[in-house]
Amino acid sequence: MAERLLEVDDLHVHFVTEDGVVRAVDGVSFELERGQVLGIVGESGSGKSVTAMTVMGLTRDVNARFDGEVRYKGKDLLRVPEDEMQGYRGAEIGMIFQDPMTSLNPVYRIGEQIVEAIQAHERQDKRAAKRRAVELLKQVGIPNPESRVDDFPHQFSGGMRQRAMIAIALACNPDILIADEPTTALDVTIQAQIIELIDHLKDDFNSAVIMITHDLGVVADIADEIVVMYAGRIVERAASRELFYDPQHPYTWGLLGSIPRLDRPRPDRLHSIKGAPPSLITLPQGCKFRPRCPHAFEKCMEEPRLEQRVAAPGHLDRCWLDLDYKRVHRDETISGGHTEAA
Amino acid sequence: MSEALIEVKHVKKYFPIRKGVLQREVARVHAVDDVSFSVREGETLGLVGESGCGKSTLGRTIVRLLEPTAGEIVFQGRQIEKLRARRLRPLRREMQMVFQDPYASLNPRKRVGTIIGDPMKIHRLYDKKERKKHVEELLETVGLSPEHYNRYPHEFSGGQRQRIGIARALALRPKLIVADEPVSALDVSIQSQMLNLLEDLQNEFQLTYIFIAHDLGVVRHVSDRIAVMYLGKLVELSPAEELYQRPIMPYTEALLSAVPIPDPDLAAKRERIVLEGDVPSPIDPPSGCRFHPRCRYATQICHDVEPPLVDYGGGHLAACHHPLNVDRATLASLTVAAATPRAADVAALPQDSSGESHPVTGETGNP
Repeated sequence: MAERLLEVDDLHVHFVTEDGVVRAVDGVSFELERGQVLGIVGESGSGKSVTAMTVMGLTRDVNARFDGEVRYKGKDLLRVPEDEMQGYRGAEIGMIFQDPMTSLNPVYRIGEQIVEAIQAHERQDKRAAKRRAVELLKQVGIPNPESRVDDFPHQFSGGMRQRAMIAIALACNPDILIADEPTTALDVTIQAQIIELIDHLKDDFNSAVIMITHDLGVVADIADEIVVMYAGRIVERAASRELFYDPQHPYTWGLLGSIPRLDRPRPDRLHSIKGAPPSLITLPQGCKFRPRCPHAFEKCMEEPRLEQRVAAPGHLDRCWLDLDYKRVHRDETISGGHTEAA
Repeated sequence: MSEALIEVKHVKKYFPIRKGVLQREVARVHAVDDVSFSVREGETLGLVGESGCGKSTLGRTIVRLLEPTAGEIVFQGRQIEKLRARRLRPLRREMQMVFQDPYASLNPRKRVGTIIGDPMKIHRLYDKKERKKHVEELLETVGLSPEHYNRYPHEFSGGQRQRIGIARALALRPKLIVADEPVSALDVSIQSQMLNLLEDLQNEFQLTYIFIAHDLGVVRHVSDRIAVMYLGKLVELSPAEELYQRPIMPYTEALLSAVPIPDPDLAAKRERIVLEGDVPSPIDPPSGCRFHPRCRYATQICHDVEPPLVDYGGGHLAACHHPLNVDRATLASLTVAAATPRAADVAALPQDSSGESHPVTGETGNP
């Protein structure tokens, strides 16, 4: 059994605002083991980024309220004081952000930014840190790292900047790498390179990866387990193959059906999930997906628990629908041909 | 078959790089380098390629936000590439654009009603009351509510903002809409809503689209034909479905293999052709075939000779010395397409095929 690195247990993150309490994360639990890739998938506002940022301790704010536990190697990070948290952030848990254009400082050289990350956590003189920076740039596939280490971010292309971001995240050899939409701002060709790179580096650095995305296609070939989030909670959680071949929640079907697929005949219309995600201040009663769900019935006024309803171990979902009903109806959503007003 | 609404003939767009006190031109960015195609009325042409391939520049040149360096643009039988601003203004009603970033393309200090109504005001259409009515109708057409008339852009989500951008483009009832990566910034679930909306609007208003994207998965759904660009050149042009079944240019093969497929078994089985490095600089593009430094089939000829755009039949054109998925009979009957760039060597017809390749399903023949 692999070493368990992270346990998120019934995590709640609420933000108190003038308009009311924003329930960004509401009872999320998952575990992460060394060597594992966990995909967290959902739309904007589903709470996937807030969950990841809370693990990094980046949501600590005067108006933030936390509940539950985030245990890293047994230690509850939610209750660690800020100065101690800095020892974890970057050193034990590294993060790659979505936009490589804005997350690098434009007035510092790439190398300086990597050196800064190393020296923040390790006692290394500047020359040793710089040698390590060159080494890291080489590992993330930057050609001529010896000269490129002195470039400024604007001299790098989008894909190279994201590689540099990954080098910074890996600078202190973290056990967990959190990638928040690492490829959304990139071309598909570069996206394929970056995903492959993250997958390789995970083995080289012997760490675990949390990959956050709105596109299930992105995590299809690298995730071991996938968590689908909606309105601050997990609506389905399963091993990757289970989720793709036996999806249980209508929201997961909707996400799968929205992807324009090359491997299937072109449908007359793409399936789309009607409407938009609910406001996190005034959540609908019962199942949070009910107002957008074409399969909703009376029972959905009561919120289902996240539990195992199918035979496969570890496959959990939050849906009241009958298993046979689902087997009959889900394909029309996933494979398209199902018309619906946008 | 309906008539061509817009024809692009040997269009080039170079941007000068100036240096020194005298601002002398020291180099040029070859953003679009001798591209020709036409789009029929009611058709959707997908324009695909990586960042820096010139697809956005070409889109902007077509609607005359930029003036081409050379070549002709014919819109409804009229040459428009040299028209001055005043003569161009009536044409602006016919051609509109939808931009990629719904956050940057709407003025945050203007109300939605003003954003959508301004084009009508500029073109002196309708009186004030009628204008409001039209804007409210447009809001409904794109799936928003007339009550949104007095709101500001920041009150909307990304998908809703993109709907506002589409309503603005529709305000003057144009014939042609150039959509520059209209869904790239949106969640997949919202992407599909937007693609369906664009399709509905096309049917309702008989629109012609040029749809620019970097993702072949997205364009497949909306396009009748697809044009693939690389470093300023048109490298393949094909009826949409044919391109996915039978890519000829190795660059298209690589683009197809990069599109993620939400099926773990198929994704594992599929060969992902990883293109090494980034797109080379368009300031000093590679000689011969511009794709040769990144191409796994490249030989000496690719380095020396620019391949002509060759007609493979059925409206499928490609520029490659070592085409994929071509049989002997087709190879024997190839002709050079009229759209071939002037710098290409028209005698250099491809002699052999590089084998079978079906990057979507993962089946490949001998490379």
